[in-house]
Amino acid sequence: METIETLAQKYTHIRGWGIDADPKNDPTYPIKNRTDAEQRGYSWQRPTQQPIDTEVLRSIERPNVSAVFGTSVPPTGLSGQIRRFAFRFSESEYGHWLPLLLADRVNVVEGLIDDVRQGIVPNIFAEKGMLADWKYNRKNLLQHVLIGAVVTTTILTIMSRTKGPGRA
Amino acid sequence: MLAMNYRGPRRVRIDSKPYPEIKHPEDAIVRVTRSCICGSDLHLYNGNVPDTRVGSTFGHEFIGIVEEVGPEVHKLKIGDQVLVPFNIACGKCSFCQQGLYGNCHESNTEATAVGGIFGYSHTAGGFDGGQAEFVRVPYANFGPTVIPPGMDPDDAVLLTDVVPTGYQAAEMGGIQPGDTVVVFGAGPVGIMAARCSWLFGAGRVIVIDQVDYRLEFVRNYAPCEAYNFNEMDDPVVFVKKITDWMGADVCIDAVGAEAAGSPLQTITGRKLLLQAGSATALHWAINSVKKGGIVSVVGVYGPTDNLVPIGNVVNKGLTIRANQASVKRLLPRLIDHIQNGILAPKALITHRVPLEDVADAYNIFANKLDNCIKPVLIPPSARS
Ligand SMILES: [Zn+2]
Ligand SMILES: [Zn+2]
Repeated sequence: METIETLAQKYTHIRGWGIDADPKNDPTYPIKNRTDAEQRGYSWQRPTQQPIDTEVLRSIERPNVSAVFGTSVPPTGLSGQIRRFAFRFSESEYGHWLPLLLADRVNVVEGLIDDVRQGIVPNIFAEKGMLADWKYNRKNLLQHVLIGAVVTTTILTIMSRTKGPGRA
Repeated sequence: MLAMNYRGPRRVRIDSKPYPEIKHPEDAIVRVTRSCICGSDLHLYNGNVPDTRVGSTFGHEFIGIVEEVGPEVHKLKIGDQVLVPFNIACGKCSFCQQGLYGNCHESNTEATAVGGIFGYSHTAGGFDGGQAEFVRVPYANFGPTVIPPGMDPDDAVLLTDVVPTGYQAAEMGGIQPGDTVVVFGAGPVGIMAARCSWLFGAGRVIVIDQVDYRLEFVRNYAPCEAYNFNEMDDPVVFVKKITDWMGADVCIDAVGAEAAGSPLQTITGRKLLLQAGSATALHWAINSVKKGGIVSVVGVYGPTDNLVPIGNVVNKGLTIRANQASVKRLLPRLIDHIQNGILAPKALITHRVPLEDVADAYNIFANKLDNCIKPVLIPPSARS
């Protein structure tokens, strides 16, 4: 353990070492409770390692898989491939975060395909919690539905017009 | 079992999912009796947190009953009623040893900045959360805390995040007796931060938000001054004006990346996703605090760059303190405060929603419908 005294011994060759040290001048206290054991690599007694029986993506800023992990949804499909690519970059790089956001968007489409494959037709009205809009936000909901109807009608009209001459 | 299931931005539903497994000898399975939706869940809900995978279950604020324990769990037994801190902490690593339980290094493999959090994307470890009937709780010897007899479950569930986060926000502010504290955001955490600022001896507490019913709530609950930024030309000038043109001693950002109020931030952060959310509240906090003041940040920000006025941080010689709350460190004191009637968190819960109606609950909370402050989800087995 290196106390201020043992450290002072170590640095006797440097004149004035630690002369103004003030342990109270620590804005991280008490959020951070300093110990002598900190900042010494993986020197703590590590918890039992959770068996790695699934594909766990690991930050390249650490040497190992944490003793416990979640990975409740292991990477699959195209989104999984993008995620694997992202984990080749450190957390300080856009190369890490932007592909992950892209993978999330791709994953949404995969989710829809998965649903249909399992015979589930996603009830978007319910998934968006629009029953709550009906109860507490009716004016807004009706406005949205109205705009939706107008847009749909317009698109259908334009499509039938452009298709019209072709068919004739 | 029933569990919330994320399907994409602003689309969630309740589905049948497999009962969770013990995957590590220190795991426990907890039968959820109450779980909350948190303001920070909205970042996930809106699709702003990277690596939020479709099929995930959210929910980092929950309490329940121990249903099953792994072979190395000796601090908990089946039937114990527990509150589970939102951060997953091993209690052994270098950071846990320093009381930084929100920064555990043995609970999240996918990122090193943040520790594991229940139901908070794979960036926070990919753990399923408590908006479900059952949940896997790792490190059961360390995190979960038996709920003291007689404590109201509504108070207990708010001890998993809202109360400690609000309290730590005030603590990190280094508030000195008589200080003026400005809290940006009147969500549950901002409300609690305002209330707790008094516990550290604040002389004046001011809250700034844009939703009138929330301002009304915090004015009564905290009790404090509360102002709507939509009625100001400029919130920063407003704060200067009401603090003798000096600025506040301490500013607390209790908003994070969902902030409204700045079109440029909203467009670049929340619409174009060029930055991880809008940093409006942080911006205001840095510019409203007096020189030499302290900015305390508990609002959640994403991992990528933000348009933060870092030059002003330097020029003004600020101390910025920020962290996820170390729930476990603060629990003993906060339990005392609740038992002694100093804090009464359950008053924040305005909505009790069956777990099955999770999509409606998210919509109500996200869009601030029906004067919602804090919704709690109740699974079928916990209803009578
Ligand atoms: Zn929370
Ligand atoms: Zn740890």
